[in-house]
This record gives sequence, structure tokens and C-alpha cells, in this order.
Amino acid sequence: MDTFLGRYKNLIVLAAILFVQIIALAVQVHRPTQGGDTRLLRLWAISAVTPVETAVVHAQKWVNDSWNNYAYLRGVRRENRELRAEIERMKVEDARYAEDARMARRIQALLAFKEQYVDTTVAAQVIGTSGSEQSRILYLDKGLKDGIKPDMAVITPAGIVGKIVQVFPDSSQVLPINDQFSGVGAALKSSRLQGILRGSSNGVTTLQYVMSDEKVEPGEEVITSGGDRIFPKGLPVGKVVSVEPGKDLFLNIRVVPSARLDQVEEVLIVTKITERMPDGKDLGPLRASDILAERLPTVPAKPEVDATGKPKPGAASGTTPGATPATGTAAAHAGAAATPAANKPAIGGLSPAAPKPNGAATAAHGAPSGTTAGSAGAPKAPKPAAASGTRPAGTVAKPLNGTGTATAPHANTSAPAPGPSPANRPANGNQTPPPSKQSKPAPEQTPNTNPQQPSTPPNGEQPPQ
Amino acid sequence: MPFRGSLTSRDQVAVYEFGWPAIIFIPLVAVLIQIFVLGKIPFLAAINLPFMVTIFFAVARRNPISGCLTGCAIGLMQDLFAGPSHPLGMYGIALTIIGYSASSLGLKIDVENPGSRFIITYIFFVAHQGIYYGVAHGLLGQVQQWSWSHVAISALANAVIGILVFKFLDRFKQR
Repeated sequence: MDTFLGRYKNLIVLAAILFVQIIALAVQVHRPTQGGDTRLLRLWAISAVTPVETAVVHAQKWVNDSWNNYAYLRGVRRENRELRAEIERMKVEDARYAEDARMARRIQALLAFKEQYVDTTVAAQVIGTSGSEQSRILYLDKGLKDGIKPDMAVITPAGIVGKIVQVFPDSSQVLPINDQFSGVGAALKSSRLQGILRGSSNGVTTLQYVMSDEKVEPGEEVITSGGDRIFPKGLPVGKVVSVEPGKDLFLNIRVVPSARLDQVEEVLIVTKITERMPDGKDLGPLRASDILAERLPTVPAKPEVDATGKPKPGAASGTTPGATPATGTAAAHAGAAATPAANKPAIGGLSPAAPKPNGAATAAHGAPSGTTAGSAGAPKAPKPAAASGTRPAGTVAKPLNGTGTATAPHANTSAPAPGPSPANRPANGNQTPPPSKQSKPAPEQTPNTNPQQPSTPPNGEQPPQ
Repeated sequence: MPFRGSLTSRDQVAVYEFGWPAIIFIPLVAVLIQIFVLGKIPFLAAINLPFMVTIFFAVARRNPISGCLTGCAIGLMQDLFAGPSHPLGMYGIALTIIGYSASSLGLKIDVENPGSRFIITYIFFVAHQGIYYGVAHGLLGQVQQWSWSHVAISALANAVIGILVFKFLDRFKQR
């Protein structure tokens, strides 16, 4: 026996050490730590190391800042000139965007649309990583003492970084969006298609659960959808770099994150998100007629007649040239046709199709009621062509098929982007819907299928006040 | 007449000792540099300093038991900082086996010259990645992606850097 133990001593020790570690692994897998909890060993190790590392990183930053801000000022004058020129250019752009924003906020207020706002953030410094390629965890120098909690969003001005997974007294761990255990609710900015952004063991991020029959182009921007209840809606995530057919009827969309995850140094931890109505104080008075136009069904207007009893030309189109009956018909049909698409099953806990009926139905009911209602499709649809009451009817890109019936291959395409897509082309090629459909009387229109958003007549008449 | 014994002379398989400060602080500093320096520099993320230190101690002491104990300790230290999705023991198991194998090999061949150091670092790095992949995929059911090209390039980088690191660590050897 002694001979056996002596002869195989090394192997026995090796086997014993491996056995203990495998049992420890099994215990950890069997009893995973709950959110926020952490192994005591980890807590001790990280708590011991963090102060030293924080001091080193801050000293390094101080040296860098001193050099960059005081010693190395070469080219600052030229850069200052360029920045001033850019500010002037952006002022001009700002004026244009401000008007768009006012209109969007007004519409949001009309629709009682609650928006998520990043209320408070805490700036933090990245002080370390997991040190391995298999785990992409980042360490921040802010922890429990700074009010950090698990599942808080971590962002940079360029885009989202990840979420807090574990918090220690003076530090916290971030799970970046390119880690294989990460999942973020994301959407494509222009088409509004939703999916889940996942990382992988080699750091590649992909947008998953987008159906393979959808059209996604490289270069399209990806933003947060808000569906994960961690990241506020609308934050930049990245850009699509390639689209390939994947397995199980889904596309394999590769996304490059906007934030440089491998070089991130300073981040913002979102400690409070508030959900509130847009502030409508500076948006001018709201008319009761606008609200009623959005919320109440109306009856079709009788055409005005002149002294001879003939209908006045253009009377039926209301106050806005764009709100022609044809527009209303097309938009209403789009809403109706979009409903099946909006009823797609939710995937993976997130509902990629969830916001679709909203935009479609809004466009459908909003189109006929002049400028206000015509813009109602705008909040969701970046190019509110179908519902835009401010455009002449002839220029509206209506998703008409060969029979003149509006189709919506996707609910969010109630405002299809201009381009060679057949859905964007009018049926008869002259950008005017067929007369038979244009002259369709309002009561015969396809009813709006959204019970929350009753249809208004297509003639653009304001409802009774 | 059959060959018996090691592939090198008795003089070349000298066993080295290390002072306690070196045994404690070299692995600790290696793990900290890995976490707080190398991990933050993208093109250096493939360098695995704790792995190199494990190999160095294992082949210098030429004792399989101390080799696997050193590997276990360094691996667990690496596991501590690897995040909640990374259970304690994944690197521990990998470096335990590497430490044992390297010290067993150190008994047989000369591992003092740069050429042999390059080769054993290269081979053991591939083995380390394979063991890690096996543990993550086989024991824990994690989805891991294996890329031969990535592993080969990482092993090459580690082998080159390893020669420099070993040269530096030779200063701490004691006969």
C-alpha cells in the first residue's frame, strides 16, 4: 500500500485537487448566486484590490490630464477655430430640429405618450477587466457607497456599454453588451424592427430574433427598444455591419457597438429613470379640437355647396391639402393590413412586434384629420409619408398594391421609406391612387381595427367641439 | 540497451527554489497586471500572464505536486476576478493540469533555453485553452466558440512574450 501511494503520489494529489474543484464547480452551478449576491471570496478579493487599483488609475489619469491640459496644447487654436465653425453650423441645424422636436412633443402629449427620461447618472471610471478573453467583465470605481445597484444601465455618450451585475462597497462589475451572457432589447432605428442584442464568447454582437423575411440593410443604426426594462428607449447601440440568413427563420444581423467597448474609460451609470409625459408648457396652447380629433370618432362631413347647390371644389379635403380621402383610405387600409403583422408572437420575453400596431394604427386614424392628425404617425415612423397630412396627396408614398388596396408588409412600414421598394411605389405609377379608391365613400372604408384608436373620416374635417 | 532516465543530463535538470515573497507576490502581481493592465489594452488581451507564471514555477521547481498546487492557486485567483458568470474553478482546473504537466515535463527535458521555452509555452497554451473549453462546454454547458486560428495566434504571442517573461523571472531563482 505504501509503495502504491508512494509511486502514484503525484497523480493522487492531482486527482484530489481536480476532484475538489469539480465538486466546487458543481455546487456553484447547483446553487447560483442570486442577483446582487456574491461569493464571499470574491467580495474579499475585489474589496482588497479595488482601493489600490483606484488609486493607480486616478494617479494615471491625473498625469494624463496634466499633460494634455497644461503641457501638450499643440493645435488647440486651430481646433478651437474648427469647433467654433462647427457650432455655427450646428446652430442652424438646431433651429430645424427644435421645430421638429416641438411638433413631436406636442403629438406625444396629445397621445398621452409617456417617455422614459434618464434622470440621474453617476460618472465612473473603468479600473479593470476580468483579465481573460472568455469573460468581458469591466470593473468600475463606483459601488454601493455611491448608490449603485445591480441592473443599472451603463452608458457613454456614444452608446450603451452594459449593465451592472455585481456591486461591491467601492466598486462594481459591468456586463458589457458583447459578453456572451449579455442580452439587450434593441431595435433598428429606421424600420423599428425589434430583437435581442446578444454578445458571444469572441466578442461579436448580433441582433437576434428578427424574422428572415424582413429587409435589413448594413449601415442601419440600432437603438435600445426599452423592452428589457434596463436601458431607456432610444439610446444608440451600434450599426449593422452584415446581414445573413440564420437558422430558425431568423436573420443573423451582426452589429458593431457604437461605444468602443474595448477602450472605454469613463462611463455614466444611469441611477434613475423616470417615466413622464413630455413637457408641453412651451408648446403653445392645445386646442380641444385637436384632442377630440385624436380620440373621438367623427362623422363624415357633408360637402359644402355653393349658392347654386353644387359642391365646392376642394371642400371635402378639409383644411389641409394632404388630407385627401385617398390618403385617409390608404392609411386606414395600412392600419388594417398591418394588424396581422402586429400580432406576431413575442420572442424571448421581448415583443419585437409590440410597438408595431401602435404606429400603424396611429397612422391609420391620424391621417385624415388635417395637419395635427396627419402628423400622428410621426413619433414612431421616421418618414411619415403615408400619414403626413402636410404633403400633397400626390407625393404621399402609399403602400398600395396592384388593386389599389393599401398593404403593409410590416406594421411599422405605415410610413415606408422612399426608394425602389415596390411598397413605396403607387399602384399606377403616377403617385395618385386609382380613382375608384379615391372616390370611395368614407363609411365604406376599412374600419380601424385598433379599438384604442377609433378612425376618423378621411375628409379631414374637424370633429364637433 | 533501452534508454532510461531523462532526455538531458543530470546537471541540466537542476531544481530551483524561490523565496516566499517571490512565491506569493509574483503570481499576485501577474494576476493584477492581467486584470488591470493587459485586459484594458485590446491587442494585449490574448496575453495570459498568470499562465506563464504557472509554467515558469512548474518547470523551475520540477515538482509535480508543487506545480499543480501553484497552478490551482493562480487559477483560482484568476477566477475570483472573472465575474459572476464564471464559476470559481474554471481557470483553477485548467492551470492545475498545466502546472502538473509542465513540472512533469521539466523532470524529463531541458527547459532552460529559449527554444524549449518557446515550444512548451506554445503547446501548453493550446492545451490550456482546450482544457478551459472542455470545462466550460462539457461540465458547465456554456456556449464557447473555438477558433483554431485564434488559438494558434494567441499561443504564438504568448510563447514570444513568455521568453521575455521567463528571462525576467530567472532573477528570482535560488539554487
